[in-house]
Amino acid sequence: MASLIELANPTRFMRLSSRLLPWLGGAAALLLAVGFYLAFFVAPADYQQGETIRIMFVHVPAAWLALMFYSMMAVSALGTLVWRHPLADVAQKAAAPIGACFALICLITGALWGKPMWGTYWVWDARLTSVLVLFLIYLGIMALWRTLDDPSRAGRAVAILTLVGFVNVPIIKFSVDWWNTLHQPASVFRAGGPTIHPAMLWPLLILAAGFTLLALALHLVAMRAEIMRRRVRTLTIFEAERLDRLAAEVAI
Amino acid sequence: MSGAFLAILKRDLALAARAGGGGELALVFFLTLVVLVPFALGPDLNLLSRIGPAILWLGALLATLIGLDRLFQGDEEDGSLDLIRASALPLELAVLAKGLAHWLTTGLPLALAAPLLGLLVALPGEAMLPVAGTLLVGTPALSFIGATGAALTAGLKRGGLILPILVAPLTVPVLIFGVSASNSALGGTVPFLTPFLILCALSLATLVIGTIAAAAALRQAE
Repeated sequence: MASLIELANPTRFMRLSSRLLPWLGGAAALLLAVGFYLAFFVAPADYQQGETIRIMFVHVPAAWLALMFYSMMAVSALGTLVWRHPLADVAQKAAAPIGACFALICLITGALWGKPMWGTYWVWDARLTSVLVLFLIYLGIMALWRTLDDPSRAGRAVAILTLVGFVNVPIIKFSVDWWNTLHQPASVFRAGGPTIHPAMLWPLLILAAGFTLLALALHLVAMRAEIMRRRVRTLTIFEAERLDRLAAEVAI
Repeated sequence: MSGAFLAILKRDLALAARAGGGGELALVFFLTLVVLVPFALGPDLNLLSRIGPAILWLGALLATLIGLDRLFQGDEEDGSLDLIRASALPLELAVLAKGLAHWLTTGLPLALAAPLLGLLVALPGEAMLPVAGTLLVGTPALSFIGATGAALTAGLKRGGLILPILVAPLTVPVLIFGVSASNSALGGTVPFLTPFLILCALSLATLVIGTIAAAAALRQAE
């Protein structure tokens, strides 16, 4: 918590994040390289699903990250509304497109996996539908950011929308348990341990860690870009006001 | 305090009745939509009666969305929203009054008209009342989810299109349980009361969450 408060100073955040980024990116690249090697060359093909099981190694981390980024946005929303943390809405804004991307990757890889396994690209099953709704909520949040000009006002409006939309996240997580439909039930994070064979579980976990680090690195880059964009905006406003004053003086 | 609440409620109802664009417009839109469906799907009565509840629910959702952008925008433009903010009445209660007025002028007429429109989509007679009942208890949820979206976009000059984008995904659970309750009234494996009670719960929950979120959104827009 103390470090979070220290980070409230954007200049300090910029310095720290620029030092952190190469390590984060390097670790992500390393984990992804190892994970993909294990996933494509070491892990066995599934006895039932054959080679298509390898789609899982991208599909499942993407699904986790789509949910994780929404949860992170909800925490940032609390940061904006409750603690008035100055970087919370920056974090929220930077997270939305990344989360939307992972939701889209999850939907596309799921469709490609569904065709050989279920015989169709899309069914209106509970989990598929709820992830699609999550994707739509991400798009709505991004749209609301773009319609409000003032970043601090937009930040508070989006924070309210984010918290209201958070209702959807537990529905997605438990949709496979509540509604018994085509999508398989949870097989990694479940009571009684994972049901996946270790030879597949390890590459999956390594790739999940790699994708998470990649997403966090992208998030930091997006946050830095947003802070700089706001600085440019403030400078532009100052400059415009200065010119305005000059013009007024000349007129007098 | 209840005086101010009733005053807002009465004012919004009077505005809807006299300035037009209130209940009867939503109703006409609802009717138009239901009439369009058989042209798109073909006038097969068996098919229509099977998807009838879904058509009515979709019509109710769209009719709610249509008038929503005016819920707070008119007050924002003429300054009465500032008066409401400055009054002693908690903003949550003011939102509740406005949401209630919105439901009385859109949701309630739709639910009352549902049996009549049910005739057009060949709904069997014994299913009329339960389907109207699901609309009656379910449409408040649409009004109050919508109030949150309307509050978020109240100050926007170009908020007309973004409002349905924000609100529609959040109404998915209401739609699911509304239609599943209606379908079980038509005969199904699930007893009617289970989804019906969940629908009631959704309405009560959005009544609370929606008013609080909408009031927060209006406060930050000052």
